Amino acid sequence: MYTFSSKLKTLSLALMIIGLLGVGYGFLSAPASVDEVKVLLKESHNAHEVTATTDTAVAESGAVAQSEDAHAEHVYHLLKNKPWSALYVALFFFFMISLGTLAFYAIQHVSQAGWSIVLFRVMEGITAYLPIGGVLLFVFFVLSATQNHLFSWMDPEVVANDMLIQNKAGYLNVPFFLGRAAFYILGWVLYRNYARKMTIAQDASSDLSNYRKLFKSSAAFLVFFLVTESMMSWDWIMSLDPHWYSTLFGWYVFSSLIVSAITTIALVSIYLKGKGYLEFVNNSHLHDLAKFMFGFSIFWSYLWFSQFMLIWYANIPEEVTYFVTRFNDYKVPFLGMVVLNFVFPLLILMNSDFKRVPWFIVTTGIIVLIGHYIDIFVMIMPATVGDQWFIGVSEISSVILVLGIFIYVVFNAMTKAPLLAKGSPFIKESENFHY
Amino acid sequence: MSNKVVQAMYNDDDILIDAVKEVRAANYHIEEVYTPFPVHGLDKAMGLKGTRIAITAFMYGCVGLVFSVWMMNYMMIEQWPQDIGGKPSFTFIQNMPAFVPIMFEMTVFFAAHLMVITFYMRSRLWPFKEAENPDPRTTDDMFVMEVFVDGNEDELITFLKKTGTVEIKVTEKH
Repeated sequence: MYTFSSKLKTLSLALMIIGLLGVGYGFLSAPASVDEVKVLLKESHNAHEVTATTDTAVAESGAVAQSEDAHAEHVYHLLKNKPWSALYVALFFFFMISLGTLAFYAIQHVSQAGWSIVLFRVMEGITAYLPIGGVLLFVFFVLSATQNHLFSWMDPEVVANDMLIQNKAGYLNVPFFLGRAAFYILGWVLYRNYARKMTIAQDASSDLSNYRKLFKSSAAFLVFFLVTESMMSWDWIMSLDPHWYSTLFGWYVFSSLIVSAITTIALVSIYLKGKGYLEFVNNSHLHDLAKFMFGFSIFWSYLWFSQFMLIWYANIPEEVTYFVTRFNDYKVPFLGMVVLNFVFPLLILMNSDFKRVPWFIVTTGIIVLIGHYIDIFVMIMPATVGDQWFIGVSEISSVILVLGIFIYVVFNAMTKAPLLAKGSPFIKESENFHY
Repeated sequence: MSNKVVQAMYNDDDILIDAVKEVRAANYHIEEVYTPFPVHGLDKAMGLKGTRIAITAFMYGCVGLVFSVWMMNYMMIEQWPQDIGGKPSFTFIQNMPAFVPIMFEMTVFFAAHLMVITFYMRSRLWPFKEAENPDPRTTDDMFVMEVFVDGNEDELITFLKKTGTVEIKVTEKH
């Protein structure tokens, strides 16, 4: 039985408090009016006086004043969105870790894999974040409909002037959006709680009826997940750019989700093993997790490149704007994440022996998680804050806040049941797993 | 030193693995084991060194990558620039995304083919080569362990008989 050490508990609470303060500061320091933005813009213009004067010399003074007003108004909205977007990226990132773990967990049940059974309780711990994360996200979406402009199609004024969004209004409207979100989250949480109940019941049971129910429900869940995950990625991320679409977006988000999830499973397992729990997890189990990290990192790169190359090659204006924004305003994070998410794991985790060394997995895992945070960041930010992005107080404290909640929920859930799912019929195979 | 070897036959891979462990524990030198299919864990039981073919595969892959970069640059940029789909063909970097699939395929192609050739060379396999397995049954259902006779032959044979063998032959190895 795992006990939530007071040190870790204090750490998670401290993270939550620091994060909350930072997020609050982010919201308070966002400009309160367009006039404030004008002052801000003036200051930065004064810094580049030379270019500013040549620009204004050419243009007519009245038109300049008008366009400057419009520009200030635009920047004001972007800066208002910034703390919201930062929070959204963090909320989505940790939620997707939990959701990816649930999908990976269901795959283990359906494939009747032998090796991974000793890790079931770790995975169940990570998926314990799913209900809380789901509620937080749902509250965020409700607030989005009224408090911020992240989803531009939620604004009736924008829709009134936009034919393309009007045509999509049957799908992209607030009540249907919230209904879908509730449906996805509810479906995932239901399976999660059911599966948890079944594995715990299986521990005490003498026959395999729970195991069979778990197998069937997991197979059904995977079908449900495949459809809802894809739709979730359109709703929650792709609709931020309501004009743009990519047919493999669901897969792309899935690849990011599954690689972050497996990395987190590996990191939590190594942490618990380091604390003296999980004595039944050996380095062959870690090796398998690292193989999955390696494989799915390459899978992610494949999808990232597939999406990019087709749009780049076809060069259709309404599609290519997506990448033009990213290349113009987000060059460093957009290309940097390819190094973090592809080149780094490729070179470090290629060697078979390195995949068995905990500190190699931890180092690569942290890099991969940072890389996939940036991946989500670059998926969301260009649509909501444009060129006003910056990884500052709002972004970092949002991550700290949600990380604190995540750690608290995950490790608290781990104390609720023994760390070995001993009822599974393949448990011997898993304990003796070696390669 | 004589070239005498004892060939002990087994008809089950689990018994074979146990036998290999026993023979090695008794300090006899196993020359070779012939099996009809790859037996999981046999290399470790025999104490064979880990293969280095992964390192060669990595190097061959790098060669393939470099070759494809050179090839695409020569064909599409230097020697005969073509305007395909309106993409500027003046510099390599501007066209690079279109070359990535070729770079990937060449990396895989070089790694795979050169690795197979390396494997054949290291295993001394080439066309029309005569089979080295001592008994044709090792391609069907028999596992043969060859142990060098080093000292007392009878003692070795009685020892091997206890390891679950179904047949024992003593021959010269050339």
